[in-house]
Amino acid sequence: MFEPILIAQLQEAEQVRSMRPAQVAAASKSAVLLSPVQWSVLSLTSLLTLWWLVSWQGWVAPLFLPSPQAVLAKLWLVSNQGFMDATLGQHLAASLSRIGLALLAAVLLAIPVGLAIGLSPIARGLLDPLIELYRPIPPLAYLPLIVIWFGIGEFSKVLLIYLAIFAPIAIATATAVRAVEPSRIQAAQSLGATRVQLISQVIFPSALPDILTGIRIGLGAGWSTLVAAELVAATRGLGFMVQSAAQFLVSDVVVLGIAVIALVAFALELGLRYLQARYVPWHGRG
Amino acid sequence: MSSLRLQQVSLRYESASVPVLDAISLEVNAGELVVALGPSGCGKTSLLKLMAGFVAPSGGEILLDGTPVRAPGAERGVVFQDDALLPWLDVLGNVAFGLKLRGVARAEREARARELLQLVDLGGYETQRIWALSGGQRQRVGLARALTADPRVLLLDEPFGALDALNREQMQALLLRVWQASRKGVFLITHDIEEAVFLASELVLLSSRPARVVERLKLDFGRRYAAGEAVRSIKSDPEFIRIREQVLSRVLGALAVAA
Repeated sequence: MFEPILIAQLQEAEQVRSMRPAQVAAASKSAVLLSPVQWSVLSLTSLLTLWWLVSWQGWVAPLFLPSPQAVLAKLWLVSNQGFMDATLGQHLAASLSRIGLALLAAVLLAIPVGLAIGLSPIARGLLDPLIELYRPIPPLAYLPLIVIWFGIGEFSKVLLIYLAIFAPIAIATATAVRAVEPSRIQAAQSLGATRVQLISQVIFPSALPDILTGIRIGLGAGWSTLVAAELVAATRGLGFMVQSAAQFLVSDVVVLGIAVIALVAFALELGLRYLQARYVPWHGRG
Repeated sequence: MSSLRLQQVSLRYESASVPVLDAISLEVNAGELVVALGPSGCGKTSLLKLMAGFVAPSGGEILLDGTPVRAPGAERGVVFQDDALLPWLDVLGNVAFGLKLRGVARAEREARARELLQLVDLGGYETQRIWALSGGQRQRVGLARALTADPRVLLLDEPFGALDALNREQMQALLLRVWQASRKGVFLITHDIEEAVFLASELVLLSSRPARVVERLKLDFGRRYAAGEAVRSIKSDPEFIRIREQVLSRVLGALAVAA
């Protein structure tokens, strides 16, 4: 869900960076009518208007495409009275606590593992193949096995999301550690840094911007996995809400659920970008 | 009075057929400014890495006050070509970093860092972010950082190589003032002939790979600057020009022999 957005943004930033001043001027001249944000608002407003128009004119049956008003009304109803024995807030809280728990576990374990892989050839030899082995497998492919082993309870879901988040963070950390400028390390050594000081005061802070990017990518992967996991086995959660609403053909709840899932993902992404801007402002300006 | 001595030091990387350094002997004593001058790629940076302890020599010995150098350490301060500053710390934090590693209390290390920032003309820049500084300012922070740890010798790896001519001349003058104030032994490598002749109290001319010492010159232009003479007056002195040309022809000669 996140990765394509992220990559597109990176490419865009890269293009802008590689442009000569004249090209940048030419590129911004073509967008002289509106700022990029204004264009974004325009495209989103157009989409909403089109949606409203289609449902208002009755071009598509409400079963297939409920009107915006119906979805908003459902937002009110599900927030207050609930759907499938839980309010929207409870579904949301169930999903958020799962991803929060998985993220916490992944950050606590993946960063040390990534540091070890980046710093020690032995750890790299031992752990790298294990991560590379499971990483390319879509989590939903091994979900059945996890369910057989650990049942359909909370643990299985959190474990599945944890696995999805772990690999991107561990790999980002290991790569970042190996990319630390040698002169930075040598400078600290010439100031008398011990190995522990070198890791905690030079290597880790140097790697932090890329670790945060790894967390962003991991969180995106985790969120997609979470929703998918709740489609399979759950009694609460946004994915479960969408899935059961679909079974009863309550399409306005389906649309509502999808919209909430998208908004939460967007909010998480913004939150992490804020953390990056706040805590690693030197990123890219070294 | 500290001294860093290299005795018949050689360096050969396993994969390479030609050694990088061949039987280099030199001495950096307190109060001396030794400049190693050589063509690009001759192994100057490798020489400095040996002295700093980042690389072990294949032969010969490196002694700091009689003790063999085996690893990097705070008694040999290094200033890097690419400043190698830590961007998450402000200017003061970078300069005080060495003392922080040693566990010196905050107030004390910051007071010392402030003094050194004054010495490199960066008083008032304490809370600036590293990325907001110019190249010359960054190098001055790097110099102050290396000095805070109070090393016995100071090693500089082409510290002004990336600066424009004007900035470079100011930095050379600054380095001479710092050198005179600290009375430390300084070792600097450069490929800039004028810079070498101006700064050096001893100029060591290296050949291209494998680097050997082809000439040693005792010079006093740096001391003349430190004694109060103006930079331009020294650099336009016929004696300065004569030695610069002599060194240039030796460098060209060394290159021709190598080719």
